Amino acid sequence: MGGMINLKINDIPISIEEGASILDAAKKINIQIPTLCHHDDLCVAGNCRVCVVEQAGMKTLPTACSTPVTEGMEILTNTPRVLGCRRTIIELLLSEHNVDCPHCYRNVNCELQGLAEEYSVDNPKLISLVTDESVEISSPSIRKDSSRCIRCQRCVRTCAELQHVTALCVANRGAEMKISTFMDRPMDQVVCTSCGQCINRCPTGALVEHNYIAEIWDHLGDPDKYLVVQTAPAVRVGLGEMLGFDPGTRVTGKMVTALRMIGFDAVFDTNFTADLTIMEEGTELLLRLKKALLDKKPVALPLLTSCSPGWIKYIEHEHHSLLDNLSTCKSPQQMFGPLAKTYYAEKAGIDPAGMIVVSIMPCTAKKFEANRPEMKVSGYKDVDYVLTTREFGRMIKQAGLDFKNLEDSKCDSILGKHTGAGVIFGATGGVAEAALRTVYEIITGREVPFKNLNITAVRGMEGVREASIKIEDCVDDWKFLEGVSLKVAIAHGLANARMLMKQVEKGESPYHFIEVMACPGGCLGGGGQPIPTNREIREKRAKAIYEEDESLELRKSHENPEVQKLYEEFLGKPGGRRSHELLHTSYTARS
Amino acid sequence: MARSPFPKKISDSHKRVDLIFSELPTEKTLQKIIKMTPDRIIRDITDSGLRGRGGAGFPTGRKWTYAREAEGDEKYIICNADEGEPGTFKDREILDRRSGKVFLGMAIAAKAVGANRGFIYLRGEYSYMAKDLLGEIDEFNKLLTSKSVDFKIELRLGAGAYVCGEETALIESMEGHRGEARNKPPFPATVGFRGKPTVVNNVETLVYATMIISIGPKKFEELGTKYSHGAKVFCISGDAGLKGMFELELGMKTDEFVNIFGDGATKAVQVGGASGQCVPRKKFKDTILGFEGVPTGGSMMLFNSSRSMYNVLKNYLEFFTEESCGQCTPCRVGCQQLLRGIEAVKTGRLPNTYLDDLIRVAKTMRITAKCGLGQSVANPFISIVDNFREEMMHF
Repeated sequence: MGGMINLKINDIPISIEEGASILDAAKKINIQIPTLCHHDDLCVAGNCRVCVVEQAGMKTLPTACSTPVTEGMEILTNTPRVLGCRRTIIELLLSEHNVDCPHCYRNVNCELQGLAEEYSVDNPKLISLVTDESVEISSPSIRKDSSRCIRCQRCVRTCAELQHVTALCVANRGAEMKISTFMDRPMDQVVCTSCGQCINRCPTGALVEHNYIAEIWDHLGDPDKYLVVQTAPAVRVGLGEMLGFDPGTRVTGKMVTALRMIGFDAVFDTNFTADLTIMEEGTELLLRLKKALLDKKPVALPLLTSCSPGWIKYIEHEHHSLLDNLSTCKSPQQMFGPLAKTYYAEKAGIDPAGMIVVSIMPCTAKKFEANRPEMKVSGYKDVDYVLTTREFGRMIKQAGLDFKNLEDSKCDSILGKHTGAGVIFGATGGVAEAALRTVYEIITGREVPFKNLNITAVRGMEGVREASIKIEDCVDDWKFLEGVSLKVAIAHGLANARMLMKQVEKGESPYHFIEVMACPGGCLGGGGQPIPTNREIREKRAKAIYEEDESLELRKSHENPEVQKLYEEFLGKPGGRRSHELLHTSYTARS
Repeated sequence: MARSPFPKKISDSHKRVDLIFSELPTEKTLQKIIKMTPDRIIRDITDSGLRGRGGAGFPTGRKWTYAREAEGDEKYIICNADEGEPGTFKDREILDRRSGKVFLGMAIAAKAVGANRGFIYLRGEYSYMAKDLLGEIDEFNKLLTSKSVDFKIELRLGAGAYVCGEETALIESMEGHRGEARNKPPFPATVGFRGKPTVVNNVETLVYATMIISIGPKKFEELGTKYSHGAKVFCISGDAGLKGMFELELGMKTDEFVNIFGDGATKAVQVGGASGQCVPRKKFKDTILGFEGVPTGGSMMLFNSSRSMYNVLKNYLEFFTEESCGQCTPCRVGCQQLLRGIEAVKTGRLPNTYLDDLIRVAKTMRITAKCGLGQSVANPFISIVDNFREEMMHF
């Protein structure tokens, strides 16, 4: 292995590492080969067959995605034979696809539609095989429309490989073959975590989020309703992709302006409650450490983060014995809801009964989370609607806003101020980093010993990462931590989380604190983010998140003045009685 | 079922052969194998010109060479007894009557490539044979142990999917996955069962390997023609005057074949089962039954003038529409389109020129489907539609 292979594609000589595919080689010299079942994040399937090419000496046409290069190979990617076969394959796919494109959520952002256009499949010659157009809508997050499915199995591979969940699977064979669930049960009765990664990889409109755009417009037009909106940190580094910006562009200020122009009455930021989460979760970690190390009492450690609702649903299904390890803190979204309907409503003199709290999230699991029956501590549904980044992007288009040229503006007070620590919640490792910035300072009275507060050890795209900080010269209250190395681990993507949880279950976990995000890359790679999302795009969004962090004056959650004010005026102290009422929750073991 | 009695003379130019069902002393043959070197075995098999008898006809010696040269701490021999091709019923009979020769063939392959485990993958529908077979396998394994041969055979049962006769789908099935073909390359000889070098051979191929070692490669090589050495068990069904299993030299012309086995009104012979070619009467004279002409995995179905070739094709397409694993587009959707298409032409909903669109679909399937199943649907489709176009509309 490791040697170089020489081949020719369309008579152009190229040298590439052994083990590369024809597709890799073609990409290297900018030759386009169409794909559908292929996705950079997933294993090779080779089942759609649109990437067929001609290979000298072979009667059949190999698929570029699955065929490894060999020495002296001669490939032709654009002969009439190849193009004719690709066109026929696209026609076959269209014949089993519900081609009612204008009524499809993915209209104009559909890979099959793109290929149909590219290959001039203009008159439908084959018989339509679509019979059942019913849509499976049992999940509050995900809609499954089998009539638009082309059986590429990207969703199945996503669910199995990235998430180790396998809620989606292949059933039956031949004409009956379809993407199904365990025993063909509805999506709300299987182990689906609602993470929406399948949606993000679906090339067509077979899997889409349950969208609430029409409902939001209705409420916006209702003078009796007061609409409060929060936006998650990862939205501002993804939204631009839908509105003409390159991946990795920060559009925070324009986003806030757009929300106001659309007609939201108060524009706030989930980053505010991200900072609040650090106060609550940091306190929880310290209390658990105290109980374990000083009081020598049994306590569930490591502490597991609870910000990612896909992760929460996963652990509720898969690791019942670890539910006590979960932080009891609600996610920032669900901390925001009750605060808006109590604290803010009180301060602003608004009747919470007429208040609609809307979240803009990079996430589809947040839709499920907002619908959990316990999320009504304000006396009302705490968060009324959750929109994905995609739905919000669409609303901006519907509103006819010239997004690119909007002025920047800032969030409203009193739930809008945030620090860089809140922003980095959007990237894998961000919660751990934000927690360390605060916790270390509480314990030692000093800032974390990293240049510019950037704890680079917890950043990056490795599936599992770990870091350790030695605690020295503690302040009096935390003397029992003197000399302790605080160990944290980070996992993103549930397949990686599972590895860490197995370790915890066996009692072999060396960590005090584990951050888990259900989606690869964290929220910036969430199931509600613009399509496409792939490794390259995730890295650009992460870069933007960290730039946003560095651009802010305040970088530590405990320095957020509005959070401090919230404790003074309303909550008391972190981990106090009122915090527990409004900001903490419990978990349910699910089968 | 008992075999039909053999006629004394099959043809002037081609002999009836008795290699597959002949008796062979197991222990004595095993001793001979033990004394042979792997190189010698592979040379003999290569020299004999043996090609796979399951249908695809890959040169056996070459397959074994690849597996022998492949790196692997373990290697496996799999006997493909997933006999599912419509009209084929030879492997069942061979396993029933001469299982010892199958086991010996596996032991030969094992010695040649350096494998120490073998599996027989038995068609789900043949599960009634499992009990007897297990007893015989047990005996054979004991014999191997007594001769200090580091090789052991086990039995695995299929679950009724036709596609699992395709070697990589078979391996997936053995690993407990859905029976779906893998991407090739890599081929099983280098990356097979559990990722290890694996030889998958048809039951009949393994028996011929045994006989080649027993009688020497030359005697086998002399049978048949330049491109189709040796003999083959033919399974004859349909409108035949003489039905059943016959082991014949390869390379016979179809008209000779029809003269012997036909019922006097034969209008077409489907060579190689549902996935094979249909040879119409006008081509009987020129069509050789062998690798240089139309090859067969054994199935030979004869149709006389009372049969509608539309019904024959429709039956095959229904079979493929159900038996496609469904993973690749050309096969999953193509099969349905071909079936629905000929129905639409038959009932007049679409013009007969639509058959040309369907042939385009079939030709695409032939070169773009992921495995042999999808690729071979074009064989019956094109050969029947081309030769019996009128019947697609009127018979």
